[in-house]
Amino acid sequence: MTSGETMAMQLGLALCRHCGLLSKVPEGSREGFCPRCGNKLLFRKKDSLQRTWALIIAAAICYIPANLQPVMTSVTVTGSHADTIISGVVLLYTSGSWHLALIVLIASVMIPMAKLISLAYLLITVQRRSTKSNRERIRLYRLVEFIGRWSMLDVFVIAFVVALVQLKPLMAAEPRSGIVFFAAVVILTMIASQSFDPRLIWDSTHSMEQPS
Amino acid sequence: MNHENRQETATAGADYLTACPDCDLLQYITPPPPLGKTVCRRCGKVLAINTPEDHERTLALTLGAAIVFLIANAFPLMGLSAAGRQVSTTVIGGALVLWAEGHQLTAALVGLCAVVAPGIYIVMIMTILIIARHGDPLPEWVGEMLHGVELAREWAMAEVMMLGILVALVKIADLATVIVGVGMFATGALIVLIALIATNFRPEEIWARTRWFAKGSPVPKGPCPVMDCGDR
Repeated sequence: MTSGETMAMQLGLALCRHCGLLSKVPEGSREGFCPRCGNKLLFRKKDSLQRTWALIIAAAICYIPANLQPVMTSVTVTGSHADTIISGVVLLYTSGSWHLALIVLIASVMIPMAKLISLAYLLITVQRRSTKSNRERIRLYRLVEFIGRWSMLDVFVIAFVVALVQLKPLMAAEPRSGIVFFAAVVILTMIASQSFDPRLIWDSTHSMEQPS
Repeated sequence: MNHENRQETATAGADYLTACPDCDLLQYITPPPPLGKTVCRRCGKVLAINTPEDHERTLALTLGAAIVFLIANAFPLMGLSAAGRQVSTTVIGGALVLWAEGHQLTAALVGLCAVVAPGIYIVMIMTILIIARHGDPLPEWVGEMLHGVELAREWAMAEVMMLGILVALVKIADLATVIVGVGMFATGALIVLIALIATNFRPEEIWARTRWFAKGSPVPKGPCPVMDCGDR
């Protein structure tokens, strides 16, 4: 630990997550109430590691059917065919809009996976009490928080295609089960990145007892 | 260390003690100069921004956003015509069709991110700013609302929706003629206005003016974390 660097927790102080006020948690206690906004005051997010693990494992499980199962069926006079997320990307690519294909590929396939891998990496390094590249890890966390929302893209695409293409019997589009898993991945990874506490990254640097 | 006294000066322009929300480093920070910002000296997290807060301007932006939001939701986003038939959809139409097709979870998610969260975000900030015109201290429920604003912002995804609509348009354009509706332009304007509100709205300043929870009212079960509880 570098001299002159003290964590608020070491002095029994905690920053309120809601209003940002720094206040003192009663001696010997692990939690209190923020005097300004009345919310619960904790040194670290509650069960951050367990909750984040549980959420990303659930998300990883949903990620498989989200990519394998069809997300949409298009019915036209010539017949009907089911599209998975990947085949939707391929369709966009072959119809000439490779830039949109790339955007959808990044948003729907790569971002959720990158999010899962990044969060797992952060969790593992925290659990192994790594003290290396803390700044890089916190940047990774911020990136995960920043780009995460874009994985919602395909859910919107399906929603609007399905809403608009309703000219039965000429042509119609129907949502399929893959989209439910995909929506679940989006929700689970968003909650997972919120439940991870970035301050844990620095805790081992201060080599102190973790309040469990 | 005399944290208590320093803490009180948080809004007065002197150095004050705070902890970084991302790395928990305890540090004294100097309030930034106008248009400047102070970052955590260890992890680089922005700890304080000093944009001159102009409540009237932010309020005007929220009013504009509310009007644009209503237009975006009331008018069709886009229409489709093929073989002499026409259909169109609104923002909420996407969620409603998913719901009708039996995909309630997805429908709820789309409705939340496209309509509910942006709507709550705009209305809550507007309410807070209107209340803030009527002198201090602000009632405690303003604090609850600020918390709601943060949650709503997390789930409000007008910009993601816009890109989703564009991709959907390209996909459909192969099948039929697509007509872009008023709702689409309103959604574009809404994205700009929400971004402007987000950069102009300063929750810290509202928090500093909110009545303290611990003052006068009985302290909730559990010990009081007292740090200058009744000192305002």
